[in-house]
Amino acid sequence: MGAQRVAIIDYGMCNLDSVRRAFEEVGARPYVTDDPGDLDAADRIVLPGVGAFPDAMQLLRARGLDEALAKQVWDEGAPFLGVCLGMQLMAAVGQEGEPTDGLGWIDARCERFVPTEADRRVPHVGWNDVTPQVDSPLFAGIPPGTDFYFVHSFHVACADGASVLATTPYCGGFTSAVQRGHAFGVQFHPEKSQRFGLRLLENFLAA
Amino acid sequence: MLKIRVIPTLLHKSFGLVKGVHFDSRRAVGSPMQAVKVYNLRNVDELVFLDVTATAEGRRPDLELIDELADECFMPLAVGGGVGSVDDVRALLGVGADKVVIGTAALRTPDVIRESADRFGSQCIVVSIDTRGDEVCTKSGRVPTGRDPVDVAQAVEELGAGEILLQSIDEDGVMKGYDVDTVARVSAAVSIPVIASGGAGSFAHMAEVLRDGGASAVAAASMFHFTEQTPMEAKHYLAEHGFPVRV
Repeated sequence: MGAQRVAIIDYGMCNLDSVRRAFEEVGARPYVTDDPGDLDAADRIVLPGVGAFPDAMQLLRARGLDEALAKQVWDEGAPFLGVCLGMQLMAAVGQEGEPTDGLGWIDARCERFVPTEADRRVPHVGWNDVTPQVDSPLFAGIPPGTDFYFVHSFHVACADGASVLATTPYCGGFTSAVQRGHAFGVQFHPEKSQRFGLRLLENFLAA
Repeated sequence: MLKIRVIPTLLHKSFGLVKGVHFDSRRAVGSPMQAVKVYNLRNVDELVFLDVTATAEGRRPDLELIDELADECFMPLAVGGGVGSVDDVRALLGVGADKVVIGTAALRTPDVIRESADRFGSQCIVVSIDTRGDEVCTKSGRVPTGRDPVDVAQAVEELGAGEILLQSIDEDGVMKGYDVDTVARVSAAVSIPVIASGGAGSFAHMAEVLRDGGASAVAAASMFHFTEQTPMEAKHYLAEHGFPVRV
């Protein structure tokens, strides 16, 4: 078996190059595409992104990528990784600006952080610890509490524990990774989290 | 818990990296690619890369260079210098910058902050505020604005900035400590993270501005270029003094 083909979805929300580069580094064959027709050829699919939830959903829908993603991931069984905004889009609803329907893959809402006395600064920027709540191949070989790099103002609030994969202590604690079957989402940036970030991407390729 | 960050700053001018004093008399300190590779190996928390003469020379950011650097950078990279428009922000993010630092344009055309934050999210918009005494200056410190750093910080937060890079021109390159008073005033007045920059000469200076200034991160250039002290040693020192760091 040759290197895995990883489709990185380009819907105009940037930071694609870092993600592409990181997958190259761990031995995959990433390709960037905004064409729903290109997803058939992918062994795995990554939805990266920074920016605003409503804009992102609008751009995905305008290109027919929302339906193509659902088909590839849930009908064809392609493993999926959402990164940062890409994880947030897996939620049912985004609360950024007007409430917006997300991809609806997990029963969750994407909400703005409510600052606390101890954690009064938003965005949440920097390295913070990630602790898996369940066993998952995504965190194989990564010690609980490992620091990953975050930079975000919104977070995914799950309706129940079913999809919660990992949590991180900020503003009372939040869900920093989700999993539903073979669809994963991480709020942090593995492509910018050095050794263990690359390890997580390797794990995704093997999951 | 969220860690404080120790951030090496790379200052770029035409063909290589430089470091100066009071934003002036800059001397060459090496090639940017070499520096990025070294810091990548050393697992630093984040890098700030500033093209310090771009605005003065009317240049836009060097996208080709940033593209090359970002390819070697598996850590967060903030890039600034010559960023004047939403298109510049888009282009820098597109070649692999994680954050874009807006300096002079933030005061000249504040809408750049609002539009960029709306489009790409506050989290990738860093506004650089350069101070001399109690006054904010632009264009690498050459143009005084008559404005107080607290007013500017609150204004850019309101516009959607996600972070402030607060640089003291007085302390720049002198290695005698940060402008703790200004950092304290600004960080108390906003609820976005503040990166203290300018004046670091020792690990104790970093501890001081974190403790008394309330900074979320400390940046340093001269200290890492011209002394034997490394970012990892800084973090070990800070850990020993009770600060949460990633080591």
